[in-house]
Amino acid sequence: MSKYVSVTADPAVEQLLEVAHEKGIETAFDRAEYIKPCPIGSDGVCCKICAMGPCRLVGKVKTGICGATVDTVVARNLGRQIAAGAAAHSDHGRDMALALLAVAEGEAPDYRVRDIGKLVEVATFLGISVEGRETNDIAKDVAEAALAQFGQQRGTLKYLERAPRKRQQIWKDLGIAPRGIDREVVETLHRTHIGNDQDAEHILDHGLRTALSDGWGGSMLSTDITDILFGTPVPLTSEVNMGCLEEDEVNIIVHGHEPLLSELILMACQDPEMIEYAKTKGAKGINLTGICCTANETLMRQGVRSAGNFLSQELAIATGAVEAMVVDIQCIMQALVGVAEHYHTKLITTSRKAKITGATHIEFDEHKAFEIAKRIVKEGIDNFPNRGKAEKVYIPNVSAPLVAGFSHEYLRYMQGGYYRGSFRPLNDAVMTGRIRGVAGVVGCNNPRTPHDYTHNYVVQELIKNDVLVVQTGCSAISVAKLGLLGPEALDHAGPGLREVCEAIGIPPVLHLGSCVDNTRILTVASQMATEGGLGDDIGDLPAVGLAPEWMSEKALSIGAYFVASGVYVIFGTKNPIAGSEEVQRLISEGWESKVGGKLEFILDPEEMVQKTLEHIDLKRAELGLPEYDPDRFGQSGDAPLEAFFAVPPEERNLYSRKAYVSGD
Amino acid sequence: MSRYIATRALRGANLIVKEFDAQLQKALAELGPDKEVQFTNTAYYLPTILGYTGMSVETIGGLKPVLDHCRGLLHSPPENRTWLPYLGETLDAGVATLLAEEGIMAIRFANGQEPQRMPGLELTGTSAPSDTGYMNGPIDDIQLRSWGIQLVDGRMPGFAAIIGKAKTNEAAVEIVRQLQRRNILIFLSGNVNGRSIIHQLMEEGVEMGYDTYIVPFGLDTISTVYPMGFATRSALTFGGMKGGQTREILLYNKYRVFAFALALGEVDDLKYATAAGAITYGFPVIADTVIPEIRPTGITQYEHVISMPWDDIEGQTDAEKAARFVQQAIEVRGVKIKITEVPVPVPYGSAFEGERVRKADMRVEFGGKYSRCFEYLRMVGLDDVEDHKIEVIGPGFEDVEEGGAIDLGILVEVAGRKMQEDFEPVLERQIHYFINGASGIQHIGQRDIAWIRISKGATDKGFDLKHFGEILYARFHGDFGAIVDKVQVKLITEPELHAEWLEKARTAFDYRNQRLAEMTDEAVGEFYSCTLCQSFAPDHICVVSPERLGLCGAYNWLDCKASFQINPTGPNQPIPKGNAIDAWTGVFDNVNEFVQQGSHGAVDTVTMYSIMEYPMTSCGCFECIMMILPMCNGFMIVSREDPSMTPAGMTFSTLAGMAGGGLQTPGVLGIGKYFIISNKFIRADGGLKRIVWMSSFLKETMAEELKEAAIRAGDPDLIDKIADERVATTEDEVLAFLEESGHPALTMEPLM
Repeated sequence: MSKYVSVTADPAVEQLLEVAHEKGIETAFDRAEYIKPCPIGSDGVCCKICAMGPCRLVGKVKTGICGATVDTVVARNLGRQIAAGAAAHSDHGRDMALALLAVAEGEAPDYRVRDIGKLVEVATFLGISVEGRETNDIAKDVAEAALAQFGQQRGTLKYLERAPRKRQQIWKDLGIAPRGIDREVVETLHRTHIGNDQDAEHILDHGLRTALSDGWGGSMLSTDITDILFGTPVPLTSEVNMGCLEEDEVNIIVHGHEPLLSELILMACQDPEMIEYAKTKGAKGINLTGICCTANETLMRQGVRSAGNFLSQELAIATGAVEAMVVDIQCIMQALVGVAEHYHTKLITTSRKAKITGATHIEFDEHKAFEIAKRIVKEGIDNFPNRGKAEKVYIPNVSAPLVAGFSHEYLRYMQGGYYRGSFRPLNDAVMTGRIRGVAGVVGCNNPRTPHDYTHNYVVQELIKNDVLVVQTGCSAISVAKLGLLGPEALDHAGPGLREVCEAIGIPPVLHLGSCVDNTRILTVASQMATEGGLGDDIGDLPAVGLAPEWMSEKALSIGAYFVASGVYVIFGTKNPIAGSEEVQRLISEGWESKVGGKLEFILDPEEMVQKTLEHIDLKRAELGLPEYDPDRFGQSGDAPLEAFFAVPPEERNLYSRKAYVSGD
Repeated sequence: MSRYIATRALRGANLIVKEFDAQLQKALAELGPDKEVQFTNTAYYLPTILGYTGMSVETIGGLKPVLDHCRGLLHSPPENRTWLPYLGETLDAGVATLLAEEGIMAIRFANGQEPQRMPGLELTGTSAPSDTGYMNGPIDDIQLRSWGIQLVDGRMPGFAAIIGKAKTNEAAVEIVRQLQRRNILIFLSGNVNGRSIIHQLMEEGVEMGYDTYIVPFGLDTISTVYPMGFATRSALTFGGMKGGQTREILLYNKYRVFAFALALGEVDDLKYATAAGAITYGFPVIADTVIPEIRPTGITQYEHVISMPWDDIEGQTDAEKAARFVQQAIEVRGVKIKITEVPVPVPYGSAFEGERVRKADMRVEFGGKYSRCFEYLRMVGLDDVEDHKIEVIGPGFEDVEEGGAIDLGILVEVAGRKMQEDFEPVLERQIHYFINGASGIQHIGQRDIAWIRISKGATDKGFDLKHFGEILYARFHGDFGAIVDKVQVKLITEPELHAEWLEKARTAFDYRNQRLAEMTDEAVGEFYSCTLCQSFAPDHICVVSPERLGLCGAYNWLDCKASFQINPTGPNQPIPKGNAIDAWTGVFDNVNEFVQQGSHGAVDTVTMYSIMEYPMTSCGCFECIMMILPMCNGFMIVSREDPSMTPAGMTFSTLAGMAGGGLQTPGVLGIGKYFIISNKFIRADGGLKRIVWMSSFLKETMAEELKEAAIRAGDPDLIDKIADERVATTEDEVLAFLEESGHPALTMEPLM
């Protein structure tokens, strides 16, 4: 057994870590070994906001030079992290809106509105008239209305109206309904400037407001506009992990977070001319795969296979089989440059916002997007003959099938079809106790904790306990690698959950998209709350949010907007506010008393599961639902009739089940 | 769904849509696109298609967009591995199946192949062209409406669509009997290897037709679309919905129409596909064979699919198994049915009310041409009744020759702390329904013109005179327990006593007539509301006064009063009249207030005696519809039994669409037929003299009453001056007739 089995649950990554180790290539896994986290920063008690410091509030030091207390410093640091996460998501959303505007104005000829139905729906929601208007005219108004949300100074964000009424009232009463997306981020930076907002509770409440401007603002707009431009996802089958790389084809990996370029790279990869060109270079074809959330975007809509999640990025290059890794924004390790130097792999940066020293920069421009995409693919193809020259190629034969593409629109459809779609079946299942509750398991990877291990453990335990799991981001890819995102995974689900999944035809774990698409979970939760039978607010649902292996500031923003929406959120890995008991109290009990949701950092996976189940059972009790009983359900479906189906039809006794089902 | 069911249903759906396509192409080529298609006597075109898509298909060519719509709803069956979700897709394919099936039926109609021929089948009550040799075909609007009141007040809990063939003939009969006992409508279709439950019931001599609640549609699965059309029309007729309000129509059915499907025998692809369509209405499927179950709920209120393999059902006999099978089906649909156990040796239930006993099958009769039969219910003191005492006074009918007749008097004496003299006629009127509920017994008439027949079959099973007493005892306690504490019954055949009680009864009847005549709207302080139909027509509310009975004809003021006593929080609530805002048109402030609340704000004023000003709304179960004929300066009245064209240019069915659903439309009014002879009948608009056209059915069945009303109106020949469908079907023809007959409406002040 390899020594790497302790650092990753993914056998492909494990094998490639061996390969990298043999070649003396350093990865994040190695660096996590020798770089010890800064103990002061780790607890959130380092203040470097002004040049009087940095002040280390440890030991006898109870305040900074300015007198800022530990509570203030920890709260300010958390507030800034939330703001940075919200900024990243929302800025991504802004780019989507700008892209839609460019499309509407005819300046991005390689794109078009692919989902007119969704455009009409979003336009109607935004109060834009649609009757008898051209698609692009509507799109222009939608894009402009969306962009206005970023710069809006007064009033409140339009998308807040998607939340249940009760939730909207809570935000209004607390004064945390965001006014504009950019305004809240800027205000956080202002408030946390030296000598400004110096009351931990006050700072943290604005943290919620800032996070809301992401979840019910920038991110939600981003999801909607992405659906408008590239289609609202519907289920499709695909595959994940390194086995998706092809021995005899040009392998191009898209990595990062945006679908704008990757959608066109996919087109370029499917272009017969390009395929012909690849053949002239000795390849059988062009194989596009993804990593991280760019992968999730193209997986959800086009079924493009995913080679792995955040911590897979360096190892994918270590296969020696990647001609080009094309990156856009967010979560791209600078270390890729160094790994790529060992191989023929070209690392191509494309975003105006993300250039990396040492990488080839081909800047993306939506006005000539396809041309650029083809140029990038050509770079990859031209690189194919270099494969295997310097280094051996090793592609682990590891992959798993999955079903992805669960948009909230499809979730509604799948529970009744075109005419009867609703959330009634799911609500019924929760009410009866077939499904104990719902958990959103999302977030990153973090080499401070064994790669994928906690995601997989938590999700396995939850579905075993009849909790339906919805996922996004790197967590979804982790669990997909384990095979739990395929319908065959029903064998791992509890009996009641299994029965419901079999009725609908879904796996016990549903992939809802990239990390920006966490807003789909908010929409689903709102619809469940308004369907009836499970209270009348998101906070009433027997549901929990978990980010077991988080690492990015975006994760903190997501966590905070779920809390502000009424959800109990558990983060794993590490506690960035460990330095202040008071701040920990404020974001758990404190926030719970205000918005119903709370944020807790729980590092032990077993405790995460236990707390999740406890909370679900508590919410069930508050709703007056029957106590969860694992033995009550699971009698129906195809599974009990396996023996019956095994008999040839003409030999079956149609009038007695006793012959086929034991214990009946 | 289960993947197995989804696979089979999706296969079936794809095949039937292909079949529809083929038949449509053939029909377009042979009959042409302009060839008309229509179902028997309905205002709802092809109702399932209308409901789902809003398309009013009238020609073969009109089916083309339906086919396109079907195609859009189809999907492929799930893969064996890493399959995609299938529930939504399967339900859509189920809808495509129903649409295709109805399209195929429409083409068959155009080809004269529907209703299907069925040699040897006799139906008592049917929409088919003849009551012998035909399947029923789609239920027409008239029958739908006449069942309406029973469906809404819960007497008829719902319908069971039986598809296929029972394991044995005995099982078939027992399942049907169990459903009949619970007054559940039974719709039959489909077969297994050529044999259908319809064959089974024919072989066992089970009487079928509207009157026994058993409606055979066809030997194929496709015929199952007729029950679905019936369900759709329930929502359109009583729920006030329009075609294309699909979600509302389907949810209306889920929550208000208690229907389920029984799949008997092997389930093939098309049956699975059709079942998927039925599930979109919220109708669950119960099979008597081994199939996968779908127990999680959501589309249906309880389990979606239940399998109860016949051999596994507990019970020694098919009768015991059938009872459990049907009970399970009812539980899955969530219907609460109270059965009053009636200890008689024949099957008992409302479904048998319509049975006839023909002379040849008759053992004995009471009343009619050859003997006298009366029934009289009176209230007596609590101490004067011995509960459950049933006496036969005089000889039984053992010695009467077969097919003979003897005199009979049925004297029912009731006592109860809440009983009132006024309730005597209300309760007495029930004797007809109660006795008719026994299979093999026929009851006609009331009071001293009652006429009862007992069949040979019933006497063979041991039915005796005392059983009349058992029935009445059980039912009065069961249905009127809130006002009746004790019941005793005397069955009198002894001639002297018979004569004596007949005399007493007649005195009582005269007294009651007198009292009824005195009972005017002015003489009482309160009217009654009737919201029985609100489960079906949410915005409609009836106001019932002594001189204006409910539009369904089933509830008069006394009925409502008694009903309020029985169930003080029930659908009949007293409305203190309050002050008359306009006594002549019948506007009362409290009534208005009540209607405002009861209609949820939809209606704020109603008149009791006018059709032109703020007329009362209608649910859809009216016996008659009145409509203004402007040229004739009067109104027409069409009864629901009359399928012919009216001078308004519409048949009853089409008119009903305008009058129903809780809408207030001046000039259009749904009424109970006895309102026509009331002194308050559209008094504000001129009363009976304004009637210029009337279905001949009304003229004939109410001849005596109408004649008296005409005399009271001061024009004894008035009825003869009113046109009917035999002399006029256009307004011009009516006008010509009126001019010739000298009808008074022509000289009355202009209506508009």
